[in-house]
Amino acid sequence: MRVDRAHPLWLAYILHRLSGIGLALFLPLHFWVLSYALNDAARLDAFLTLTEMPLVKLAEFGLVFLLAVHFFGGLRLLALEWLPWSAPQKTWAAAAVAGSFLVSTTFLLQAI
Amino acid sequence: MPERDHLTVTVQRGGPDTPQRPQTFEVPAYDNQTVLDVVSWIQQNTDPTLTYRFACRVGMCGSCAMMVNGVPRWTCRTHVSKVVKGGAIEVGPLRNLPVIKDLAADMDPFFDKWVAAEGMHHPTRTREDEIEAIDPVASDRQEANAGIECINCSVCYSACDTVAGNPDYLGPAALQRAWTLYNDAKDADRDAILDAVSGKGGCHSCHSMGSCTAYCPNELDPLSAIAGLKRATTKRFFGGRKG
Repeated sequence: MRVDRAHPLWLAYILHRLSGIGLALFLPLHFWVLSYALNDAARLDAFLTLTEMPLVKLAEFGLVFLLAVHFFGGLRLLALEWLPWSAPQKTWAAAAVAGSFLVSTTFLLQAI
Repeated sequence: MPERDHLTVTVQRGGPDTPQRPQTFEVPAYDNQTVLDVVSWIQQNTDPTLTYRFACRVGMCGSCAMMVNGVPRWTCRTHVSKVVKGGAIEVGPLRNLPVIKDLAADMDPFFDKWVAAEGMHHPTRTREDEIEAIDPVASDRQEANAGIECINCSVCYSACDTVAGNPDYLGPAALQRAWTLYNDAKDADRDAILDAVSGKGGCHSCHSMGSCTAYCPNELDPLSAIAGLKRATTKRFFGGRKG
């Protein structure tokens, strides 16, 4: 029998795991490219022109998405396991963090 | 009247000696009908060899849990109308437990783990002593109260993917029992509880997937109980100890 697991906490769990794997696969590549900054600046510049390609821009979006999902997923897990809060307290805390990010990011976007 | 006059019910048959195979039955559909009613109808009217387990039929005994359309549920309190998909339901034995036959799962590993998690009373007094007065609004008591309505149905154990992947893992029900006793003022051996749940297969094996809390038919929260044990064992590791 196919097991039905699609409830929000399980989806948050699997998203955290998959984003972690994605980031772990990306990191060696990231450090390899960064090493050109020390050893071969011209080659680094040539490589960085790739970032103008739409496909690479889309991939960068995916990378930031993975990073954000993994970061907030980790914060969620820390709060879930280490803060003995009631469910409404957790909801209010998440709403407060989301609200702060919204305000501060809007401020940042206006500043730059 | 329901939209259809029959339900198509697929039941997982078989046991350790016979291969598991699905068998489909047509069962009369009624407005008010639980999954246990459907299974009982098959056993009483179509195939008397169908094996399943139930006792109280009112959600107290924890005997009748089965997989229903991929989700572990107490079948006596699960209305067909809430789970039916296109006039069909699929019923199987609880996941993560050995199958005795058909829909009856062997609960031994589940109860063995209650004992392994030190889910037993360690008395503070003897029968000669006065009964200890308990403050019902104390925070410890509130924590303990949160878990005492567990009916040992094994729905959480069956829902847990960590149990599926790690046979040593004690599972949500046993760990919640340990947390309940840890917070019980009448329990004399909290260190034994923390020893039992901090080893291999203990509370730190939990990946916080939350299926236990999502599917608990009594709406208990083993996920938070296990998080409590994680905090308590960590606090003890760093030298802090609860009195």
